[in-house]
Amino acid sequence: MADKNVVLNIEHLTMQFGGVIAVNDFSAQVKEGEIVALIGPNGAGKTTAFNCITGVYHPTNGKVDFCGETIANSFKISHTPDEITKLGIARTFQNIRLFPKQSVFDNVLIAKHMRAKQNPFTATFRLNKSEEQRSREETWQLLKEQGLDKYADWEAGSLPYGMQRRLEIARALATGPKLLCLDEPAAGMNPQETDELAEFICQIRDKYNLTVLLIEHHMNLVMGISDHIYCIDFGKMIAQGKPEAVASDPKVIEAYLGTQEERDA
Amino acid sequence: MISYLLQQLLNGLSLGGAYALIAIGYTMVYGILRMINFAHGDEFMMAGYFMIFSLAVFPWYFAIPFVILCTIVLGVVIERIAYKPLRSAPRMSVMISAIGISYLLQNLANYLFTAMPQSYPQIDILKHVYTFGNISVSRVTIIAPVLTIVLTFLLIMLVNHTKLGMAMRACSKDQETARIMGIKVDNIITTTFVIGCGLAAVGSILYFTDRNTVQPYSGSLPGLKCFVAAVIGGIGNIQGAVIGGFIVGICQIVITAMGYSVFSDAFTFALLVLILIFRPSGLFGEKAVQKV
Amino acid sequence: MKVKEKRNLILSIVAVLLCCLYLFILESDSVVHSYAITIIERSCIYAVAAVSMNLIIGFTGQFSLGTAGFMCIGAYITGVLTIPVEMRDQIFYLYGMASWLHDIKLPLIVTLILCAVVCAGIAALIGWPVLRLKSDYLAIATLGFSEIIRAIFGWDGLGKITNASYGVSNIPEFKSIFECVIISAVCIVIMILLVNSSYGRAFKAIRDDDVAAEAMGINLFRTKQLSFVVTSAFAGVAGGLLAVYMRSAVTSTFTVALTYNILLMVVLGGIGSISGSILGAFIVTGSQEWLRFLDREYTWSELIPGIGNTGFGAMNVPLLRNGFRMVVFSLLLMLVVLFWNHGLTGSKEITWDRLINGAKKLMRSKKEKAVSEAE
Repeated sequence: MADKNVVLNIEHLTMQFGGVIAVNDFSAQVKEGEIVALIGPNGAGKTTAFNCITGVYHPTNGKVDFCGETIANSFKISHTPDEITKLGIARTFQNIRLFPKQSVFDNVLIAKHMRAKQNPFTATFRLNKSEEQRSREETWQLLKEQGLDKYADWEAGSLPYGMQRRLEIARALATGPKLLCLDEPAAGMNPQETDELAEFICQIRDKYNLTVLLIEHHMNLVMGISDHIYCIDFGKMIAQGKPEAVASDPKVIEAYLGTQEERDA
Repeated sequence: MISYLLQQLLNGLSLGGAYALIAIGYTMVYGILRMINFAHGDEFMMAGYFMIFSLAVFPWYFAIPFVILCTIVLGVVIERIAYKPLRSAPRMSVMISAIGISYLLQNLANYLFTAMPQSYPQIDILKHVYTFGNISVSRVTIIAPVLTIVLTFLLIMLVNHTKLGMAMRACSKDQETARIMGIKVDNIITTTFVIGCGLAAVGSILYFTDRNTVQPYSGSLPGLKCFVAAVIGGIGNIQGAVIGGFIVGICQIVITAMGYSVFSDAFTFALLVLILIFRPSGLFGEKAVQKV
Repeated sequence: MKVKEKRNLILSIVAVLLCCLYLFILESDSVVHSYAITIIERSCIYAVAAVSMNLIIGFTGQFSLGTAGFMCIGAYITGVLTIPVEMRDQIFYLYGMASWLHDIKLPLIVTLILCAVVCAGIAALIGWPVLRLKSDYLAIATLGFSEIIRAIFGWDGLGKITNASYGVSNIPEFKSIFECVIISAVCIVIMILLVNSSYGRAFKAIRDDDVAAEAMGINLFRTKQLSFVVTSAFAGVAGGLLAVYMRSAVTSTFTVALTYNILLMVVLGGIGSISGSILGAFIVTGSQEWLRFLDREYTWSELIPGIGNTGFGAMNVPLLRNGFRMVVFSLLLMLVVLFWNHGLTGSKEITWDRLINGAKKLMRSKKEKAVSEAE
């Protein structure tokens, strides 16, 4: 713990909807440069935990610190999603949320809005052309790096599925994050695409000095690239540690496959 | 002084009763279709005109059911023509369609019945005046709140304890799933409009009997106020709408009695803003959680 | 690419020059062309209102229906501050104009800027609670607001300022058609620039998917607030222009029906298309003039000459009488919403490329028709 900085620190996170406790007393740490995975069966509360981190929900209890600043806690003073994005946490969504009617280029360009040094007046009257120019150049740069430049004029909704996922990641990268949160990036992908995705995630981590928090079902993907894994079931953390350790943990196997008796039955 | 207050309170309850009946229509439609039926206030206005014409032909005991029937037919026709084709369209299109219908009904009334206020017929049994000391109340003032509460009670029974009511509740929770479960969603929506318009017709009789005239725009402002009443009570909640209706009605009468009639409408909307700030889900509404 | 851009630029310049030329012709003999001038001025003013409404409805996806209310504010500000000082006692004969206001007279441009500022401030105030919530509540709150404004301006208590229900009259008219057209054009150009700026992209992001927009670091509330404030400010300017055009400001002009009328222009032109809104404003205003005959009662002999002797000619044409025009218009709105909900422009801007491609297609199909007929 001493050798690397803790980027994200989650303490006793609890999220309750009426009588349902979606996340129950979940604690975790993500260190700089790591790829950390959050796994668990369907409905285990992974996405809810994610939404607490990114400010979509206000947690019922517990808190989340990002780079030493508290970004979510049980009081009403938690940050809103846009503030959290500004601090440097970017995310993608489980069911892709691009702006489908806008061009690929515009989809990425929107992410530049938040950091552009402009106000409505200067933007309207074009008083700061260099800023707009810079945003556009950076967007081109990013699209080229992600191999999306040839689709720049396409409507985002008309891209093939895999490309849409990649565009969503590119859009998240355009916000200039320190921590990238990916919500089931491999959903709906075949094994080959999944392998490519694993490689891609490692690549962007090294290229942009990112820390990655990943929600995933695909055990292959998770085992291959994660430095650390947290496994939750029914909102509670049931195991954590290195991939090999978690994979062989009986509780994890039970959560995924059911108990021995259930399997026999 | 006390008699004056009591008099105003009774007037407020009577107006509130009419508002409550209209607000139920808003809240039920919003609960199922998630749209503001902007035309509801104008259906209520049309019910006023229907009464004028039907009472010219029929005795009151035929005229009242006839008006209710006409209003229901109008509402269902509107739903079929203007809302049903847009089920899968963006919500804003449906709202624009509702505004279009509202605009059409107003212009139609203006064209057919002219912009001049028409005098609303006096139904003798409703107009009978009782006098207690200094207070004089017409029968409609007493009937309105009582009738409202009886009808609401029946409606709540219907929604909570019948198969139809269960289907309605299912539709308002999740239309897709309700459809999969074999509920004929379109029929349920029609039923909702039937109930909403029927109650609006009753509300219109109570409302106009006290006000004496109908004109093409007399539905739009009460309509907005009743929607506010529905929001105050928690949109989608029937008891809430009724209580909201009474609150809005009584406030309006009290403020008018104090001599600020110009601001009685403003107050209703101020109430809306206050509710939205402090209790966005209304007094009795459930808090909605957005799925991401 | 370059050639096309050059061509488009030249075409635009030519179009603007042609418009100017036409306006000069109208202006040169403004008595003869007064009818055309009023229609053009009216259309321009409504175009400003329609584009401003489109900004919040079409580009930001928030359903605001306060246009008439803000126009009312703008109209009264312009009216009260521009009527000639010597006429004020006569206009305010009943209430007497407030003494602090009595001698303040401002040039039109300054009052219009003031309209924009005041409306923007009020919009910021009412937007603060309402914009945090779903768009439906915005619709009701703004609609209610617009009615409240009407009630307040018509209130006796403010008679010293607004002349209550009598309204303000004798507002000096436009010096020339150019004054109206240029002010309108400047307003629309500012809105176009805003929509094409980084903030315009943020508006569209919120319209398309507010959750994703927020995840992109866009502050939902502040961005919606900006859109609402700008919309209201320009609605105020449009109201000011309308007051000058009509030479009076009376609350009965600014009913909800006015908002609906402008909504008709926006929907007809195509929600989310500025050029569509402008086109919609011109079409609706123009056709409302041309269709005036629907409001008159005719006998058959007036419509079809020569039929008079048959006895049929003395009968009135059915349906045609006062109010029918508006019925036709509301039916039109319903038809557009139900069957043609992308409007005239299909929610995209009209560009030279689109026009030329369209023309080419038309030519081709005509040629093909001719060829097939020849065969």
